[in-house]
Amino acid sequence: MSQIHISGGRMIDPANQRDEIIDLYLAEGRVVGIGTAPADFVAEQHIDASGKLVCPGLVDLQARLREPGQKHKGSIASESAAAAASGVTTLCCPPDTKPVIDSPAVAEQIQHRARAVGLSRVLPIGALTQGLEGGQLANMQALQQAGCVVVSNALRPVTSTLVQRRAMEYAATLGLTVFINAEDPWLAADGCVHEGALSTRMGLPGIPECAEVVAVGRDLMLIEQAGVRAHFSQLSTLRAVEMIADAKARGLMVSADVSAHQLFLTEMDASDFNSLCHVRPPLRSQRDRDGLRAAVASGVIDAICSDHQPHDRDAKLAPFAATEAGISALETLLPLSLRLVEEGVLSLSRAIAALSSGPARILGIEAGQLGIDSIADICIIDPDAPWQVSAAQLRSAGKNTPFEGWELRGQVSHTLLAGKLVFERET
Amino acid sequence: MIQQNLQLDAQGRLRHFLTTEGLSRQHLTEILDLAESFAMVSGKSVKKVPLLRGKTIVNLFFETSTRTRTTFELAATRLSADVQSINIATSATSKGESLLDMLHNLEAMHCDMFVVRHADSGAAHFIARHVAPHVSVINAGDGRHAHPTQAMLDMFTIRRHKGDFSQLKVAIIGDIMHSRVARSQIHALNTLGVGELRVIGPKTLIPPAASTLGVRIFHDMAQGLADVDVVITLRLQKERMRGALLPSEGEFFQRYGLTEKKLALAKPDAIVMHPGPINRGVEIASSVADSPQSVILEQVSHGLAVRMAVMSMVLGRQPLGDSGAED
Repeated sequence: MSQIHISGGRMIDPANQRDEIIDLYLAEGRVVGIGTAPADFVAEQHIDASGKLVCPGLVDLQARLREPGQKHKGSIASESAAAAASGVTTLCCPPDTKPVIDSPAVAEQIQHRARAVGLSRVLPIGALTQGLEGGQLANMQALQQAGCVVVSNALRPVTSTLVQRRAMEYAATLGLTVFINAEDPWLAADGCVHEGALSTRMGLPGIPECAEVVAVGRDLMLIEQAGVRAHFSQLSTLRAVEMIADAKARGLMVSADVSAHQLFLTEMDASDFNSLCHVRPPLRSQRDRDGLRAAVASGVIDAICSDHQPHDRDAKLAPFAATEAGISALETLLPLSLRLVEEGVLSLSRAIAALSSGPARILGIEAGQLGIDSIADICIIDPDAPWQVSAAQLRSAGKNTPFEGWELRGQVSHTLLAGKLVFERET
Repeated sequence: MIQQNLQLDAQGRLRHFLTTEGLSRQHLTEILDLAESFAMVSGKSVKKVPLLRGKTIVNLFFETSTRTRTTFELAATRLSADVQSINIATSATSKGESLLDMLHNLEAMHCDMFVVRHADSGAAHFIARHVAPHVSVINAGDGRHAHPTQAMLDMFTIRRHKGDFSQLKVAIIGDIMHSRVARSQIHALNTLGVGELRVIGPKTLIPPAASTLGVRIFHDMAQGLADVDVVITLRLQKERMRGALLPSEGEFFQRYGLTEKKLALAKPDAIVMHPGPINRGVEIASSVADSPQSVILEQVSHGLAVRMAVMSMVLGRQPLGDSGAED
């Protein structure tokens, strides 16, 4: 691995409270010097980062790569390439692949493929229950040994409260964090949009706010009982956020993330039956959106994730309720987060923290910061580079973005994974 | 990018008829006026007019319906169009690419209009967005979303009996939540400037944000029916009992069934409407359905004139559209 000198950039490293123009020196895949090079350092490669931001590589808590099982929608190769071009160096892959990540073989296969592609670190999320069926516990220790740092039942709610409790207790025994997509399946029923003005007008079955709130309420009680470390994925309602804030204040080991699109879109964006805005949890009200933004700013929400779900074209070509939910979101994650800075919602360092050190802390991994001797996962951003979102030009195999035509700013110019340049934008 | 007002062409004329929402009072009034002229044709012994000669209309029914399909067929025939009805079982071909493939195949046979009924809300919008530029779409009912020709024949019936909408109090009773008819009526009535619009039903059957549609919500018949000019009852589907929305048909009838006693709370000359087919003894008592105040059968015959009006407006956009068409 070569020795790299990154010069003249503004280093933003929220974990170490640093924001200054300073040079970085990398060797053996690690940061070996900040400001001054180590004595024996000879740069083999030089990256001029003047006018740019030098940040920890981004950590995405939820990205579906569609492999194994749905290669018509995407692959580890195609989605890792999209991640590298977007500054994302660590991706967490939910267990609802086909087959499900409920055996070490699948977890190892995904990591093996990702290493072979070599563009990003892929962390498989282990299943909480076998087959995600909510009946029997998955072999969590075996999954942990096979590299799963957290467990989750993905979008398949564990309907039995008893199984959920036991699963949390067992995960706590192993020191595993449980990721939760909170949605009460009975209240959500056949819903496909937020239950509110839009569902009323369009005659689409709604998913009420209480579907999320009731599930968060149930699980907070169980988390307290089990003494497990738990993380709520992709919250969508202000009410749920308030409950997380209370739980944190009570000292529970909980954290939460939100997907970037929930910070910009509302239920009204799905008017006219725009299936590109069909997402789960659904886009909520303006009030929820504003509440989620405030919670990212205050730190009640620890991380912003992409909730990347690339789809083939046909998946979105049907009457709204019959289309598949999800957005191809990796490539808009950083520019949308930077837009929150532009709009005065977040400070730059808070935005970068929510994309790097925040999620890394949730996962308990060493990435997400740039101290001496830390792993050299780095993204270099040209913060003013304009970008008009064009679905056709997305690197992801999924072209399903509702942000077509949006004028965003901030483009990644270089991405380094463990000190190796995995992306460099052509100028 | 979402196209604004998918229903209108560049000149602001009706290109598709998908929903009563988002159209101007002028558009709706034009439909009613033209229907009025066709209603006169229907009374004559020679019932056909040559307005759509050479046009091909395909009725695509993904959900079974006898009355609606028949009136669309009759309307097309009376306008001298060629018409073909296709019933598609709701199972296999009702989704995704196969639906589009089928549409493109039919387009290739040079058809000019699809009349679509489908179980999914938004299906007609979806089809309208993907058809060739020369093809028009009429929504004959999509899921819970809209049934605009039904709503317009109801407006036609109300106007014939009551005239000026601005003086009217209208109440819609029953399963608003699942009713595409109610949604289309609400938009049409508000666009036509109705004096007051009420919905009456249990909380389980009123959508949570109903007030955003511009209606007053009542859960009690005595309050809701007081002083109204038009009473619209809706069909109650049996499956509502399974979804725990209601305990029984009997209890629904007791509280919300339109009986003579409850109807007496409305104005003495109030008319009673129902989109059909009616469940006697569930949402409406037989004695009310068959009473002189009931205009339910008139609604059915007005359906023909209204559908002729919409079809001729949408397909005959160039020289046509002026109300002298029947002469």
